[in-house]
Amino acid sequence: MKNKIAVKVDDLTVAYNYKPVLWDIDLEIPEGVLMAIVGPNGAGKSTLIKSILGILKPIAGSVTIYDKPYEKQRQLVAYVPQKGSVDWDFPTTALDVVKMGTYGSLGWIKRPGQKEKKAALEALEKVGMLPFKNRQISQLSGGQQQRIFLARALVQNAAIYFMDEPFQGVDATTEIAIINILKELRKAGKTVIVVHHDLQTVPEYFDWVTFLNVKKIATGPVKDIFNDDNLTKTYGINYKVSIQE
Amino acid sequence: MLGSFAVLRKQSLLGDAISHAALPGIAIAFLLTGAKDSNTLLLGALVSGLLGTFWIRGIIKKTHLKSDTALGLILSLFFGFGMLLLTFIQKQPNANQAGLDKYLFGQAATLLESDVWMMAIVTGICLFVLLLFWKEFKILLFDADYTKTLGFNTKIIDILITSFIVLAIVLGLQTVGVVLMSAMLLAPAAAARQWTNSLSIMVFLAALFGAFSGVFGTAISASQNNLSTGPVIVIVASVFVLFSFVFSPSRGLLFKQIRFIKNRRDLQLHKTLAFMYNIVESHENISHPHAIKILNNFQGYTKGTLQKLVSKNYVVLQGNMWSLTEDGFKTAANLYSQQTDNNE
Ligand SMILES: Nc1ncnc2c1ncn2[C@@H]1O[C@H](COP(=O)(O)OP(=O)(O)OP(=O)(O)O)[C@@H](O)[C@H]1O
Ligand SMILES: [Mg+2]
Repeated sequence: MKNKIAVKVDDLTVAYNYKPVLWDIDLEIPEGVLMAIVGPNGAGKSTLIKSILGILKPIAGSVTIYDKPYEKQRQLVAYVPQKGSVDWDFPTTALDVVKMGTYGSLGWIKRPGQKEKKAALEALEKVGMLPFKNRQISQLSGGQQQRIFLARALVQNAAIYFMDEPFQGVDATTEIAIINILKELRKAGKTVIVVHHDLQTVPEYFDWVTFLNVKKIATGPVKDIFNDDNLTKTYGINYKVSIQE
Repeated sequence: MLGSFAVLRKQSLLGDAISHAALPGIAIAFLLTGAKDSNTLLLGALVSGLLGTFWIRGIIKKTHLKSDTALGLILSLFFGFGMLLLTFIQKQPNANQAGLDKYLFGQAATLLESDVWMMAIVTGICLFVLLLFWKEFKILLFDADYTKTLGFNTKIIDILITSFIVLAIVLGLQTVGVVLMSAMLLAPAAAARQWTNSLSIMVFLAALFGAFSGVFGTAISASQNNLSTGPVIVIVASVFVLFSFVFSPSRGLLFKQIRFIKNRRDLQLHKTLAFMYNIVESHENISHPHAIKILNNFQGYTKGTLQKLVSKNYVVLQGNMWSLTEDGFKTAANLYSQQTDNNE
């Protein structure tokens, strides 16, 4: 068993209308894991992340980060939203978007200065987007936009990262680049939680996994619980994944 | 200026709804106080404008109506009510209602010096707050959910932006009028968006276009006695929009078309050059001449492109033979490596 619990979710129930889309979720995420959340479309993966981050208000349940309520621990948490959630035609540049990651620590009214700019440039460098720093965001490819979002979260220098489908629509090279960054974060002792769709790569990329479909099906180390039984329970059909050792 | 935010929020109808919602406020303020001075009336407009806006918010949040529907609903409700009140006021024997209909289409000529001062002061305050909360406004408009996770109270920012839009609209009512106010709000911003990709420049340009339309429109309507100011100002603003859509260098239709044609022509040229390069490459001597006939195998080839290549000094012709020049060979080689670079 790993050490401390980074994120703890208790009895979380969330509904948009009448029917709950998340039902009584209990979840403990240990510090320092690289965890995949898997489940079919509409399973509530995005909803789970949004509820943990206080973007959505749950009907019931609570979330604690390192044993304190989430509201008190915001600065420990960074979020990479699903790419389609913003208007990319917004008049701003890649560097400006990455700088937004520093706004939280700046607080109200104070403007980003040289220090923030430097941090943003470093993050851009890390995701290989430095040459595009002055590019209008509407003129970036989908994969490049995804990397900008990643850089924006990196700038926050958080302890826990939540990412909603960071591999959506990126090519193989970018995917490897991103996963290497995530593994580096884990090496630095950070906790990384990723909504992931490609079941084939789960054992290769992640060490921890949560199966979700309205209810929590299972959570734990990939090597123990990533099996056909749980996949079938989550996806409802007979799933066979050849696990590469 | 504040219209920029409305445009970026894709809430273009909001301005319309707010200005229409302001109408009953004007009428009620008149009925209650019997006052005709514009400050009292505009205060009424402000209250009912805000009321309408937050109702719209509430409706969108609590029901599953689309925002367009909610806006339309409030707009017609308030406007209908406002018109009813206006008619009622007109039928009153004692009322001196002559002043009220100027709020429908606007009449800048009736502006008093104190009104202008009032506008200047409020605009100044708006500007100050805008600069103060620039960073918060920007991030909220781009990514509201993310802003929340950073620990900002998004509700406060949101209320701030909305209140300012309402304030701006109410102030403009006297000049432009209820009916055309939203056009006045949106047109400068839409025009400004065409010229720039930076939020700050966009807001600045929008303010400039707006101010210019206002001054110019007022001047025209003042010189022609019976023209309402509102329509004239809006027409001037629309000219800006039209001009911007056609002529803006990066987003305008005209330049897009020109760039497209130029690109296509360049590409033809480059393709032909690349084709020649492939042939030439297989020979040891670059300047070894080849028959023009070979080029017919290449579908993009025309006499025109060949002439162009000659005029650029990439190719020399001798009778019905052609050969690449040193220059042409180099360019073609670069073309190749550039293409592979771009694939990265
Ligand atoms: N704003 C909303 N209003 C109403 N219902 C919603 C809303 N957003 C999501 N839902 C519903 O909630 C359920 C869970 O959605 P969610 O976006 O969390 O799924 P997901 O697991 O992230 O799916 P995907 O893999 O497609 O991203 C779905 O049934 C969806 O239809
Ligand atoms: Mg999702």
